[in-house]
Amino acid sequence: MNALLTSRRDAITLAIFALVVLTMPVWLQPFGAAYPGLMQKFAIYAIFAIGFNILFGLTGYLSFGHAAFLGVGSYTAVWSFKLLTMDALPAIAFAIILSGLLAVVIGYLSLRRSGIYFSILTLAFAQMCYNLAYSVLTPITNGETSLQLNLQDPRIIDSALAPRPAGLPSASLFGHTFSGLQGFYFCAVMLLIAFFIAQKIFASPFGMMLRGIKSNQTRMNYTGFNTRPYALTAFVISGMYAGLAGALLAVTDPLAGAERMQWTASGEVVLMTILGGVGTLTGPVLGAWIIKYFENIFSAFNEQIVSRFFDFLPAGMHDVVVAVASKFVGEGWNLTLGLVFVLIVVFLPGGIMEGVRRITHMFDKSRRAPPTPARLSTQPAE
Amino acid sequence: MALLTRRRLLQTGMAGIIGTGIAPMMFTKGAWAQEFCNNPTGDTVTFGFNMPLTGAYADEGADQQRALTLAVEHLNGEGDGGLLPTFSSKSLTGKGVLGKKVAYVTGDDQTKADAGRDSARRMIERDGAIMICGASSSAVAIAEQALCQEMGVIYMAGLTHSNDTTGKDKKKYGFRHFFNAYQSGIALGPVLGEAYGKDRVAYHLTSDYTWGWTQEESMKNATEALGWKTITPVRTPVGAGDFSQYLTPVLNSGADVLILNHYGFDGVNSLTQAVQFGMKDKTVNGKKFEIVLPLVSDLMAKGAGEAMKGVYGTSNWDWQLKDAASAAFTKSFGAKYGQPPSQIAHTSYVQALLYADACERAGTFYPPEVIKALEGFEFDGMGNGPTLYRDTDHQCFKDVLVVQGKRAPTNQYDLLDVVATASKESVTYDPAIFGGELGPDTAAMC
Amino acid sequence: MDAILAQLLNGLDKGGAYALIALGLTLVFGTLGVVNFAHGALFMLGAFCAVAFRQLITMETVTIDPSQLSPWGAPLEIKTPLAQTWFGEFGAVMIEYSVPLSIVLAIPVMLIIGIAMERGIIKHFYKRSHAEQILVTFGLAIVAQEVIKAIFGPNPISQPMPTSLRGAADVGLWLGMGPNVLTYPWWRLLYFVFSAAIIAAVFAFLRFTTFGMVVRAGMADRETVGLLGINIGRRFTIMFGLAAVVAGLAGVMYTPLVPPNYHLGMDFLVLSFVVVVVGGMGSLPGAVAAGFLLGILQSFASMAQVKAMLPGIDQIIIYLTAVIILLVRPRGLIGRRGMMES
Repeated sequence: MNALLTSRRDAITLAIFALVVLTMPVWLQPFGAAYPGLMQKFAIYAIFAIGFNILFGLTGYLSFGHAAFLGVGSYTAVWSFKLLTMDALPAIAFAIILSGLLAVVIGYLSLRRSGIYFSILTLAFAQMCYNLAYSVLTPITNGETSLQLNLQDPRIIDSALAPRPAGLPSASLFGHTFSGLQGFYFCAVMLLIAFFIAQKIFASPFGMMLRGIKSNQTRMNYTGFNTRPYALTAFVISGMYAGLAGALLAVTDPLAGAERMQWTASGEVVLMTILGGVGTLTGPVLGAWIIKYFENIFSAFNEQIVSRFFDFLPAGMHDVVVAVASKFVGEGWNLTLGLVFVLIVVFLPGGIMEGVRRITHMFDKSRRAPPTPARLSTQPAE
Repeated sequence: MALLTRRRLLQTGMAGIIGTGIAPMMFTKGAWAQEFCNNPTGDTVTFGFNMPLTGAYADEGADQQRALTLAVEHLNGEGDGGLLPTFSSKSLTGKGVLGKKVAYVTGDDQTKADAGRDSARRMIERDGAIMICGASSSAVAIAEQALCQEMGVIYMAGLTHSNDTTGKDKKKYGFRHFFNAYQSGIALGPVLGEAYGKDRVAYHLTSDYTWGWTQEESMKNATEALGWKTITPVRTPVGAGDFSQYLTPVLNSGADVLILNHYGFDGVNSLTQAVQFGMKDKTVNGKKFEIVLPLVSDLMAKGAGEAMKGVYGTSNWDWQLKDAASAAFTKSFGAKYGQPPSQIAHTSYVQALLYADACERAGTFYPPEVIKALEGFEFDGMGNGPTLYRDTDHQCFKDVLVVQGKRAPTNQYDLLDVVATASKESVTYDPAIFGGELGPDTAAMC
Repeated sequence: MDAILAQLLNGLDKGGAYALIALGLTLVFGTLGVVNFAHGALFMLGAFCAVAFRQLITMETVTIDPSQLSPWGAPLEIKTPLAQTWFGEFGAVMIEYSVPLSIVLAIPVMLIIGIAMERGIIKHFYKRSHAEQILVTFGLAIVAQEVIKAIFGPNPISQPMPTSLRGAADVGLWLGMGPNVLTYPWWRLLYFVFSAAIIAAVFAFLRFTTFGMVVRAGMADRETVGLLGINIGRRFTIMFGLAAVVAGLAGVMYTPLVPPNYHLGMDFLVLSFVVVVVGGMGSLPGAVAAGFLLGILQSFASMAQVKAMLPGIDQIIIYLTAVIILLVRPRGLIGRRGMMES
């Protein structure tokens, strides 16, 4: 009965989530974010964050090296484009497999330690991947120059099926080349699948086991469970999510650079997850959207806009306020992000989702359907 | 009252957002009727300027931004007109381009290929940029150029010195006014031979990416042709900061020349650190130890200060050139910003003008026509003497300057000395040596 | 042989910076039990103390000289530093020695920043998990670096070293190897000596003062010390301030080597953690030994001969060492048993 209820609620959440994601091109219009490049990012980084959350949110293992899997996913996908075909599906499949394999190796070694040691190990592995991609692995990664398609690529399958087009091809699905919004819808569908799988994991006995690791690993061990295989599975799954996200980055733009493996990129997904709400399903998605939105829109604010915003203030005060405020937008938007992040960690460890829960709790003690992401993501834009 | 204020705030806030055009640019993709990407329909045409405002080449990016802003002013008939009067093509009148006022958007490429491509894409998709101009790193330029090819938007490269930009990775939609590493080698070789002799051993420290690789190769070929020997080059990561661990072995390696294939802050850091190691006043193999910085700019010379004195390199352009165009540009730039323009400012400015001029001559913004107007275009009056935009690889051919860090500067801006000029003919090469294919010019729908 | 000695010197000078940063990090971890991801930011803030000091004393008055023309035809502006106008010769000397002098500014500033950080935020995190400590200090690090970026801009700002310390010392001559065989830059030698002195001072402070004794006791067993009626909390706050000062001084003296920018802290952060882990979490001698060891390893790995044998080793040697140590000997080189072992 209870399980049925949960799965019904999950189904409703999924439906609402799907509605919100698929109608993005409409409701993002007033926010100036309805262009394909950004919406694709919304979908892709949401996948990345959901995957990261499966590890961190459920087991409590804080990985600072998840960007490595993202990078490997991208490189694999671009190589699949170069060697085999421009079709997105094989690229994604290879990317998931390869990043999964890397996750097995890194996870197996890193999970021998916990706490800060685990974080440092993942960090060290990811930095090694990044630095190698930059230097010795240049024949594979093209280093700082970034791996790109070029006209001489063999593309064995494609060239066997059809004459080579002039110019560089773009990614396609069963021979249909993505253009305009189609790339976004493809990513959106992937996001829905990823979300659905995450829901299933959260609700499954396996998910319960992972939560057990987070709350008390020692007790789990005493009850006779060897927790490590479970943690490793979670690690690999979240590595595969990152690989999927990396592959999608390559599908929407067939280029893979080493920077996306740097540890600051790993830090970003940590920020997304914490900001939205660790351990919740929609939280990381929200966090990813907010950070990507601000990165693209908030950072485009300049002093003129700020000045117009504060037009209602008296002249003297106006200048001061504008001078201060403009430090927090435009290029300084990272400062705002850092401050908000610190405040959230200090006062709202559950992230935005906890805030929403507290607010809805205040207004309404009786239980209602969980808040929809659509309502939430419109808030920060004001 | 409180309510009123809040309302007011919301109103002004929303007006602010809409007024600046962030809101309405939501995806003008609805206009399927346009026959090419970002066909300007209003009375303005938008240029996208994408340059490094952070990262190892941020200094260059800042100067690039100054120059491009200035170019837009001049195109719109503001300011003193800059190079418009000296430019040999007279189709630009200071009334915008094809009757449309020029507007521009800027982006930060962070000196990273990924971020640069992202930012260029944003400018094309969100802001409706008809062309992209910028970059100070060849990695970024090559990545953006490929993107522009896909999106059907013309890319006017800023400072990119790798042979690959118009060689292996050349694109139909990409154009480069700046010179390349191969030309640096041709120009610098004879000067080095004369100054340092034929019997030298060179040690290369090389930025580990496309530009570093091609410059190392070109310098190696040029110096080995003189009879120099080369010790296995050492690759260094971009933005390393402290190069000391790579510099320490140099003095004991038997080399007597250090060639630094570094640019921007990397070049400044490695050069000053090499001087801290006492390399400029050493004697090795009975000869005075020398440092060479094959690609050098005013900004780097300023950053390196004392360390730059006497060091040889090459430049695309220098503000101290005596021709009318160079003087006009220096005057216009100096009056506005209180400092002379660097080579990157010059090349970016010229690129923006060349694009605008090509549109005027083609009579349309339709990219394939604009490309035709640029290909094989011969012009003068831009500060480099007679210049050709070669059609086979979209590389500009013009004189290359060999410069040396000035030993006795007369003022704070007087940093580089033009010691030799390699003629346009001498630096012209067969495009086949670098391979590559331009690809088609079909107008994509971005 | 000379090549190896030169590389060793380079390793010692690089290691000096690592050891100083790791020392501060370990002080905080050992006393407060806090994993401080903002420690790299403290190093960066120290470097910017030097920048700020120099900018302060080189504030300029602009006079226009109509007799000379700038290249674009406007009257030439002549800038004179205020310090020189006010103090004359002495002002010029101050500017010349701005980097070492800025230590005077850096000590109080870093102490205040450190104490404010501890009292303001970190003390609320003693009882929370290491993951949360990492997160909050990571956030602080972002804030610190963005504030610096907002004030000083994104570009590195070079800090010239005093003329008398430019150029290289003939180390070979001191070792009796003859002239010009082995030379090394003065400032880098100075950096090594400076870091050794700071390290010695910190150790002496902990060993020979009552304050240090109490802190050491507190590190070993906080509860018992508290039961003895000693206010260990206040001492720990001061220790946090001290750690900030050590990081800050390391930053100040580093500025002439590499021009600092806002990102300097993040560049050093990962590295310093690796050093701490290799040395053994919470072990002060371990941190120092690991700092120098990793500096030397990195320097040797960058030699062309080594790179030819193991390509790319210079890029990963530090992380590789950390991974191996963590997997084989999780308490590090000199770590205490049971410290953070799972």
